This record gives sequence, structure tokens and C-alpha cells, in this order.
Amino acid sequence: MYTQAIDLPDKPEQSGAKAAGGTRPGEAAGAGPAAAEHERQQAFDAAIAADDKIEPQDWMPDAYRRTLVRQISQHAHSEVVGMLPEGNWITRAPSLRRKAILLAKVQDEGGHGLYLYSAAETLGVSRDEMIEALLSGKAKYSSIFNYPTLSWADMGCIGWLVDGAAIMNQIPLCRCSYGPYARAMIRICKEESFHQRQGYELMLALCRGTPAQKAMAQEALDRWWWPVVMMFGPSDAESVHSAQTMKWGIKRISNDDLRQKFIDATVPQAELLGLRIPDPDLKWNAERGHYDFGEIDWSELWRVINGDGPCNRERLETRRRAHENGAWVRDAALAFARKRSTRQQAA
Amino acid sequence: MSDPTKEWPLWEVFIRSKQGLEHKHCGSLHASDAQQALRMARDVYTRRLEGVSIWVVPSAAITASAPESKDSYFEPAADKIYRHPTFYVLPDEVGHM
Repeated sequence: MYTQAIDLPDKPEQSGAKAAGGTRPGEAAGAGPAAAEHERQQAFDAAIAADDKIEPQDWMPDAYRRTLVRQISQHAHSEVVGMLPEGNWITRAPSLRRKAILLAKVQDEGGHGLYLYSAAETLGVSRDEMIEALLSGKAKYSSIFNYPTLSWADMGCIGWLVDGAAIMNQIPLCRCSYGPYARAMIRICKEESFHQRQGYELMLALCRGTPAQKAMAQEALDRWWWPVVMMFGPSDAESVHSAQTMKWGIKRISNDDLRQKFIDATVPQAELLGLRIPDPDLKWNAERGHYDFGEIDWSELWRVINGDGPCNRERLETRRRAHENGAWVRDAALAFARKRSTRQQAA
Repeated sequence: MSDPTKEWPLWEVFIRSKQGLEHKHCGSLHASDAQQALRMARDVYTRRLEGVSIWVVPSAAITASAPESKDSYFEPAADKIYRHPTFYVLPDEVGHM
């Protein structure tokens, strides 16, 4: 997560480059700005083709930069908004052990948001601009967090399924062509595994408990299954950005392939819990070597993405309130730091 | 609209993962001053005992080499293969050296 704010030397070190007999990009015989641009584009394409990383201060096409800003900031917003559904249960966790685990997990989500905001900032967008885009409703975040958490079993389903799906999505991103994003993802994936395991363990405890507890687990799975399956995004045919982001090495595996991978991994886990996945069409297809599954109700995904899910308004309202209520703390800390540094300079 | 004069400055965070190893860059964060940057770095980057020591540096205080001169800037090192031990062919009888 290197930053754009690092000071570059004012003037390129021309003399050094010349003395070494090197040519700077754009200095090639009679090069105008167009030729320089072309040369930079070629260097970028070659780096992508060779599976090299692009770093913040390297030249990159505007569209690549814009795509990354959009994707990384959406990812960061998802982590931050993702604290809310689980935060809802911290005060009502059934034991101190579960409470400590849930607190640690929610803190991790906040940390993941910070890693990702830093990575996005290396592309020249400011933290405040991103927060503003979230709070104004302009920026999107993962639609899954617009569903309510109605029972304690939802904490299990979020860890097991939502974080499980997130891991499937995020592991290929560790190899993303943009260095700061890839590094943030490596760190996040390391921490995410605890999230999924604690969720599954929670489900296991409910499923081995009283009939009422097991029913609670089943009821939660019934509500979460389809929204989680939709987390992988629209099918490949409908996905507007997929082809280009694959070419740029930002995305590595298609939405449908990841979804299939997730379902294949999750069905046996549900069986072990003794829970029924709410999809009558779900069955093993020996020929394909994968599970077949039922039709996804895409109209629901679009409805939730476009702002009309069960909790969209509440989530944004909560974030806005938190941001506004924290404003005086941010201002006071900055004023204090400035005053102290002025005094130190005077002394 | 966001007001850039109200943004907390950016800091680069370096962490020594254990005694005997060097500090290594691990990320950046916003903080109002150095003490706050240290505390936030602890919470953001060392939740799982990833470090025994933290440095924070204002990002604006770092001067970096220009990325577009990557090749020419480091070029003088490329043709001096005699700086590597494998450049020298010695008889087998010398053994490990």
C-alpha cells in the first residue's frame, strides 16, 4: 500500500540518464507526446502480458486506474458497511467467548476497510472523496450487507457463507496485476480464514444443540443462501466489466466459475451440519463433476444493488450518523496536532 | 465537498516482525500526529502479533526515485557481472570458497 503522496524528485535526473547512455521513454528519435504515450502504453501492455505487477508510480491507462479505483473503493466500503450486520449482535452474544470472537471479527473488517482505502488512495483518489461517495449513495458496496441479521444463527451464516464466498472471491485477487491491491488482499485473506471457521463452528454448536437451536440454524440458512449465491455477481454473459478486467489481470476467475466453486465446496459442509440447502434443483452432476443448482432470481440482486433491499437506507443512515458524530473528534485531533507543532516551532 | 485541509496527513508504516529482523514497509494510514499514527498502526497492522517495533514516517517526507527512469537509473549495475562470485572460475581442488 505504497502511497501517491511520496514526493517524487521535481526534475527528472536527465544528466544521470544521459551519462549512462540510456534513453528516457519519449526521448526516442523525434518523439512527440503521442509517441511517448504510445511507448508508455506498450510498456504497460508488456508488463501485463508478462504478469508483472503495476506499482502506483508506474504509468497506467486512465481506464485501468478508474476501474481499480471503482473496484477497490467498493471493496473497502463493503468491509466498512459489513461491520454493521454483525455489530448488531455484539451486545447480545450468548457467551463471553462468542462476544470476544465477534468483536475481533468486526475489528478485522474495519481493518480490511483501512487496508483497501489505503490501496485505493495510491491511485490518486483521496479518502474523503471515497467516504463522500459512499455516504451520498453514489458508490456501491456488496449487496449482501443490505440484508438484516434477525437471529444469532445469522452470525454463523455470515461467517460460514458470506466470508466463505468472500474468500473464494478474494484469493484470486491476491494475484491481481496492481501491486498495492494484491498486497492488501494477501493480508486480508490470511485473516479471513478465522472468520469462516468461527462461523462454521458457531453453526456446528447450534446444529448439535436443542431442536430449537437447530431450527434457528436452518431458518438462517434458508434466508442467507440465495443472497450469498448472488454475491458472485451477475452471470458472465451479463457482467459488464468482466472481459476487460480479466484482460488487465485484475480479475482472474469468472463470476460463474467462482459461484460453482463455492457451491461445490459448501454443499458437503451443509450436509455435515445436517442442514438442508433451500434449492430443490440442487443435485450432483457426475458428468460435469459439479453440483447443478436452480435458477437465480436476478431481479432481486438488481433490486438490492439499486437501493431497494431490506436495509439499504438503514445502513447508509448509520454510516452517515457515525461520520457526522465523529467529525468533532477528527477536527479536534487535527487542531491539537497543528497547535502543538506551531508551539514546538516557536520554542 | 471534501476539504483537503481537514484531512489527517498520511503516514507510512514500517514494522519489525521480530528481534533481529529489519523494519519492513507494510502500509499506510491517516493520523493527526505521530503518536496517534503509532497507536493506529498497532491496531491496524499488528492485531496478530505481527510486530515488536513500529516506525511511522510522514509520507510526504519520503523522496523516491522516478519510476519512468527505472531502466536507465539502475542500468550501470547491469553489465558488471564481475561483482558476482560466479564470475570467477576456480579449479575444483580449491573446494568450497
